[in-house]
Amino acid sequence: MNQYEVTFIVDPVLSGDEIEGTATTYLDHLKGEGCEIVNKEDIGLRQLAYSIKKRTTGVYYCIEFSSTSGNIIPKLELALRRDERIMRFLTVRLDKYGVKYNDDKRNGLIGRKRNEEDAAADANEKAAAPAPAAPVAKAAEAPAAPVAAKEEEE
Amino acid sequence: MASRDDIKFLSNPKIGLKQKKYCRFRRFGIRHIDYKDPEFLKQFVNEQGKLLPRRITGNSLKYQKKVATAVKRARHLAYLPFVTDLLK
Repeated sequence: MNQYEVTFIVDPVLSGDEIEGTATTYLDHLKGEGCEIVNKEDIGLRQLAYSIKKRTTGVYYCIEFSSTSGNIIPKLELALRRDERIMRFLTVRLDKYGVKYNDDKRNGLIGRKRNEEDAAADANEKAAAPAPAAPVAKAAEAPAAPVAAKEEEE
Repeated sequence: MASRDDIKFLSNPKIGLKQKKYCRFRRFGIRHIDYKDPEFLKQFVNEQGKLLPRRITGNSLKYQKKVATAVKRARHLAYLPFVTDLLK
């Protein structure tokens, strides 16, 4: 029983329904071949790092599935290759760490870790920000105080 | 007159001390490198989008190979560019 992951980029020029339809086509295709769908991730519209077929953006989808044999992979790839709506695809077999990583990601374990790091980074920035601000405030207060004192003297 | 405690070092003690490089995957127990995370992978490429050598990143051989695979997959899916300037 192997777990696979297929990521593909759908042409963004199509209407929203057609894009959804493309993804469901392959879900049905895989189900029809007797695969168990583990997860379907809609990554959404992304800027491409370089243009593909004169397009600069693409709609990303990622389907994770498990299958007893790898025989369906060539069939799936042939279908993807023939499809005009698909700009690019990549099928990868996941090792046990990959499966665990995706599980953790779905359960928010990995995202949260990064948020904590971000929070820590934010905290550091905040800590750094008041530090220069504080002397300024002090400097502002300091001249003000003697002036007030002088005024009182006068 | 400076007291004896004020005199510490005649030369900068930090000269010649390099911080030891380490493999972050081994140290933090990262076992899988996701090709769908371009921001993470950007740490391992230079400004032209070329892979950085192990000499610089400090990765162990096992994980450097995995990083290379992940970067190549990311390039195929247009998460990362093949060639560019000013990536970072």
